[in-house]
Amino acid sequence: MENTTKRYWRGLEELRNDPEFVKNSHREFADASDITDGGGTYRRDFLKMLGFGVAAVSLAACEAPVKKVIPYLNKPVDVEPGVANYYASSFVDGGEYCSVLVKTREGRPIFIEGNPLSGISQGGVGTRVHASVLSLYDNEKLKEPHKGGKKTEWETLDKEVAAALAKSQNIRLVTGTVLSPTTKAVIEAFKAKYPSTVHVSYDPASAYGLTQVHGGQLPAFDFSKAKVIVSLDADFLGTWISPDEFAKQWAAGRKVSSGKGGNRQMSRHYDFSSIMSLTASNADYRGRLKPSQLGLVASTLLKLIGGSASTADVKVEFLEKAAKDLKAAAPGSTLVVSGSNDANVQAVVAEINKLLGNYGTTIAGTANYKQGNDDAFNTFATELKAGKVDAVIFYGANPVYNSPRGKEIAEALPNVKLSVSFADRAEETASLCQYIAPDSHFLESWGDAEPKPGYFSIIQPTISTIFNTRQAQSSLLTWAGQNGDFYEFLKKNWAATILKTNSKEAWNKAVYDGVFEPAKGTTPAAPSTTYDLLTALGKVSGTYRANSDKLEFIAYEKVGMGTGSQANNPWLQEFPDPISKACWDNYATLSQKTAEKLNVKQNDVVKLEIAGKEAIELPVLIQPGQVNDTVGVAIGYGRTKAGKAADGVGKNVFPWINATGADITVTPTGSTYKWGIAQTQTHNTVMARESVVQETVLAKYQENAQAGRFFPKVATSEGAKAPNDITLWNGHKKNNHSWGMVIDLNLCTGCGACVVACQSENNVPVVGRKEVVMRREMHWIRIDRYYSSVQPKEDESVFQELKTLELASENPEVVFQPMMCQHCSNAPCETVCPVLATTHSNEGLNQMTYNRCIGTRYCANNCPYKVRRFNWFKYFDEDQFPYHFNNDLGKMVINPEVTVRSRGVMEKCSFCVQRIQAGKLSAKRERRSLYANEVKAACSASCATGAIVFGDMNNPESDIFKILADEKEGRAFTMLEEINVLPQVNYLTKIRNKDEADAQAIHKGGHEKPKKEAHKHEKEHA
Amino acid sequence: MSHVSAVVRPPLVTGGKSYHDITEDVCRQVEGKPTASWKIVFGISSVVLFLGTCSVFWTWWDGLGNWGLNKTVGWAWDITNFVWWVGIGHAGTLISAILLLFRQKWRTSVNRAAEAMTIFAVICAASFILMHAGRAWLAYWCIPFPNTFGSLWVNFNSPLIWDVFAISTYFSVSCLFWYCGLIPDLATIRDRAKSKVSKFIYGLLSMGWNGNTKTWFRYEYVSLILAGISTPLVLSVHTIVSFDFATSVIPGWHTTIFPPYFVAGAIFSGFAMVNNLLLIVRWTFKLQDYITIEHIETMNKIITVTGSIVGIAYITEFFIAAYSGVEYEQYAFINRAFGPYWWAYWAMMTCNVVTPQLFWIQSIRRSIMWTFALSVVVNIGMWFERFVIIVTSLHRDYIPSSWAMFSPTIIDIGDYVFTFGLFFFLFLLFAKYLPVINMAEVKAVMKSSSERFPYKVKPGKSTGEKVTE
Repeated sequence: MENTTKRYWRGLEELRNDPEFVKNSHREFADASDITDGGGTYRRDFLKMLGFGVAAVSLAACEAPVKKVIPYLNKPVDVEPGVANYYASSFVDGGEYCSVLVKTREGRPIFIEGNPLSGISQGGVGTRVHASVLSLYDNEKLKEPHKGGKKTEWETLDKEVAAALAKSQNIRLVTGTVLSPTTKAVIEAFKAKYPSTVHVSYDPASAYGLTQVHGGQLPAFDFSKAKVIVSLDADFLGTWISPDEFAKQWAAGRKVSSGKGGNRQMSRHYDFSSIMSLTASNADYRGRLKPSQLGLVASTLLKLIGGSASTADVKVEFLEKAAKDLKAAAPGSTLVVSGSNDANVQAVVAEINKLLGNYGTTIAGTANYKQGNDDAFNTFATELKAGKVDAVIFYGANPVYNSPRGKEIAEALPNVKLSVSFADRAEETASLCQYIAPDSHFLESWGDAEPKPGYFSIIQPTISTIFNTRQAQSSLLTWAGQNGDFYEFLKKNWAATILKTNSKEAWNKAVYDGVFEPAKGTTPAAPSTTYDLLTALGKVSGTYRANSDKLEFIAYEKVGMGTGSQANNPWLQEFPDPISKACWDNYATLSQKTAEKLNVKQNDVVKLEIAGKEAIELPVLIQPGQVNDTVGVAIGYGRTKAGKAADGVGKNVFPWINATGADITVTPTGSTYKWGIAQTQTHNTVMARESVVQETVLAKYQENAQAGRFFPKVATSEGAKAPNDITLWNGHKKNNHSWGMVIDLNLCTGCGACVVACQSENNVPVVGRKEVVMRREMHWIRIDRYYSSVQPKEDESVFQELKTLELASENPEVVFQPMMCQHCSNAPCETVCPVLATTHSNEGLNQMTYNRCIGTRYCANNCPYKVRRFNWFKYFDEDQFPYHFNNDLGKMVINPEVTVRSRGVMEKCSFCVQRIQAGKLSAKRERRSLYANEVKAACSASCATGAIVFGDMNNPESDIFKILADEKEGRAFTMLEEINVLPQVNYLTKIRNKDEADAQAIHKGGHEKPKKEAHKHEKEHA
Repeated sequence: MSHVSAVVRPPLVTGGKSYHDITEDVCRQVEGKPTASWKIVFGISSVVLFLGTCSVFWTWWDGLGNWGLNKTVGWAWDITNFVWWVGIGHAGTLISAILLLFRQKWRTSVNRAAEAMTIFAVICAASFILMHAGRAWLAYWCIPFPNTFGSLWVNFNSPLIWDVFAISTYFSVSCLFWYCGLIPDLATIRDRAKSKVSKFIYGLLSMGWNGNTKTWFRYEYVSLILAGISTPLVLSVHTIVSFDFATSVIPGWHTTIFPPYFVAGAIFSGFAMVNNLLLIVRWTFKLQDYITIEHIETMNKIITVTGSIVGIAYITEFFIAAYSGVEYEQYAFINRAFGPYWWAYWAMMTCNVVTPQLFWIQSIRRSIMWTFALSVVVNIGMWFERFVIIVTSLHRDYIPSSWAMFSPTIIDIGDYVFTFGLFFFLFLLFAKYLPVINMAEVKAVMKSSSERFPYKVKPGKSTGEKVTE
């Protein structure tokens, strides 16, 4: 056959066997790159590139920003990711003190709880203490030492300050109250080096008058031992000296129980005051007085209880009754306190207490909370002005802002040769100083405190310093030429003077416990008194007026803001004042009658003028219960250099603080406050709704534990039935746990610590004044405050009656009612959610699934308690809400166990489900069931008076079970029982220790009309 | 299918129109160039729609905080507008379905526009359903579709889910009904079309309609079946919408009278809106001979009846509140009438109960101006009714501490304006490009009820006549 292996070439290249051809011969087609001119983008890639480009751009737009998480290379001992550590420490701000446990997660403090070991605060935590954790992460604090407004180094600052100090002759160290014994030792060491140093301390809210009549010492009070408490304008439950401690003592005398053999006795609390304070609103009897009458009221009381005085008598409601009760009580079982800063008034009050035998019982021992000396401070200001001071150091003091002579000090400061401030920011005083040596936050510092003699407390750092700051004690030691290591100094000082042992164990135990209280359990002696009654009475007679028809000024302190030291804390700014329910502002409070007289309305801007002082303009807030012809303005506002949250909020009345009682003129400016005052509650009365608030008086309660209770009935064909007897619901089984709360309306003072505790625990956003004006605050727990209404007249029509009920009476009784999600077993919110974002757990919780929520808000509409909160905006990240959540540092305070809610979802109280889960997990790990009372909600843990009790209602060992067992047939009620939603929250009726005849009616047909009273319990809802 | 008419009835088509005249009169604006007045009105509604769209965009982009809502009043203008628009839609369905079943011949001139109004109104209503959700982009979770989200499903207990079913059923049935009715007319336009484009488009839309007996037979049956499906919807949709309120625990919402009261109110407002639209269409497109004073008078009578029903419902609510002895219920109603929103309540009472009674006077009932004005008043009143129910019940419910006021923001208004823009934008497109009067059905009643063919009807008898098999 012919050779058929004929070859065909694909081209000359194949024939030639080109190396290039051989290389590519296995490919059927030539490489795409062959047809391009090489390099760059190829035509055939165009669609690919286009597709990729579009996809990449759109993906990049959706992508969340990458945040790096860096794992530990060497894991520190005791730091387990996801497990919280607690460290004992102490909150100290001037004379404010609280022993605390700091919750840290992965090395950052996120929450402050009370330290139950403390004999002083006993586990209670106040609003400012809770909020202080946020101040740690304040982005506007100084990040390094400053000289003349510019950044500098510590070495430079130390060298220059020490050199300047060495040259100075008259050195003044201006501080607030220093509770720390070791800091005092540091000051002594500093003084030793610079002998011309004079330590001047002052308190923005001074109690100098009180200390003056007690030999320069602040007496310690014990309200728990008092059967009759009379307060003459001392807001001891809200702001006066040590309110959380006093509230705890006060509550001890107010706790009643309906169980067998339970206590059914209460202390009786009289309050005589000008403004509606927390104390005034919790008193059984309240009389109103003008500040110009205060001294004479004290002397009248002195006369009424049998003392002698030649002063004029003042008529005040219930004063005689108070005197009668004081006299009738056993000696030493009463307590009269006065918030006056006038030593003469305090002398009269001391005399009253002496006559009543209270020294040694209810007034025993001393306390260190207020060490300010107003005279010394005045001398300092005068000397500074006269140029007699060479060097001044401010520690925990901002006198330009918070002293009555701030303006003079501000003018004199630039002329001082050396001025140094330890402020954490360039605030009003520090910004005028040459040097700022920023002090560290207490959560970054070592320290100690001695709130009362023999009660010591440790401050330990829970995080290393965030910025380049140094604690003031180290600075002082450094400048004194000593070793700047304050920790060593502290340990040595404790070993030498406090523990009196060098034992390491003793020191470690003190740090571990946070407190070392050798004086606990001992009864201190009565404090000494130093006054001359006759002189005092003479001065009282000269200063005070029995009657005055002039308009008088009152400076007062707000429960949340205090003296304004933490004004740049958005939690505190947004904290609604327990009485006015206003936040983000101070304002001129007027009674309704005074407002009518002055022809002004709420939110009208008025000009306030006091002779010799700079005038200020503030909006008006109508305050029921305030005495007529007075104007009250809160201190703590009007900061100018504190930071974004505080600056420009309200007006500063510290320059007027000593003008309480002075004549004031109020002129309407004709303008209205933009947006109005932000209030979280605008309706003041409970509209006689008996299934919302239930209360009675002690005498009735003693007869019948269910006095004041309201039992709604539903009419059926088979007669009246309890709402729960007729139901469409199947109910939920709670076999294991049944979480619930009991809230004792009798113990709740309305202080609001729970509100901030909850905000801190649950990452509740701050929304700012405008949003609060829009009624959009996000607080998961609120405290409803109701005034008793004007009693409708018999012949009023039902329409007129409802209008009358809207008006708060002139001197109203007040009820505080904490409100959070009631975790209804028949929850109206659960049935209406279209996507099952809110559902019921088998432990009685009403659970909110944020991820599932599409934001129809139907649940909130259908919530009879209006406790659900909607995220109207992206509150945690948007520029229009420039609070802690929207900067990286502020975000450090976020509790990682709680989701930060995004825009468009509903949220509400979860009963701190993360705490329940944490408790269950640790129980599971230890192979046991939960202990009784092991889990506490943030609100219940913070409550100083124990008004809120949280727990498992299925556990017979738990407190809540026991309380409910006692109160089921007594004071316990659920709100809005008639709609049968079966809340897991029970309230206990409020009991007022009043005579039946004196009781005001918070409900129509109440105590004043015994005729209708008979119907009250039988009222049927047909 | 037969049409029965009594002799005494005045003719429904006047002006001696012939069958051809109908075709000419109705097709004229579809085939002609847009008129200047149409362009102006369309321009205005486009601008309004654009501004409204900006407002809606901002609502979605920035958050619902742009509305005036708060922790107490969680719904206000959004749901007010939603219910208002859904209510308006009801007239269309009532006209096309119930009146068809009741053999009301006068419906033939008005049903097309009324049905279009229904569809556009439901679209506007639906836009508020989406808008009011905090996370509107997840609103599809309300649909029970098979998914891989785990055990997540919708909550069939929630009235909002019932709403989703009610509104989507209503929308799809309405669209179907409207479109089926359009087919013969679209075929007419197709047959007359001169340009290729319109021939193609109308050809596509008319789905091969050839006008033979069989197609007419099917057309009539489909109409009947759809009327049968739509009839319960007239009652059920607004009943279910009213359940949003009636099944809640809020005093003023928790009311068993709501379903009939809402349905009556819906028809009331719907007819008012039909009146308004038709008076404009009639005037601009010169259709006075098809939409006659008789038509208008008939609709005014329905408005008077439903307005009176609504009035009785308002009074009944008060009585029940008083009689119940429930203090919250009593307060809710006293607060409505005499509380801070008293003006809204009395606006509602005046517009819905008092002014429609003027229609008892024949001259007012037959007056174009009065009809137009009173119809506007009715719709204002019905808007206030929903506002009163929603806002005044929520703003003061059980716990006085949470009592609050609501005031709208510019965005609230802007989002409402958006739906007006959308509604008129769509309606004008419809009026221009589709026959606003159902030519086929009007022709069907010509013999019995027009001026031109009166002799066809034997006096004193109502035997009717056969139009088709």
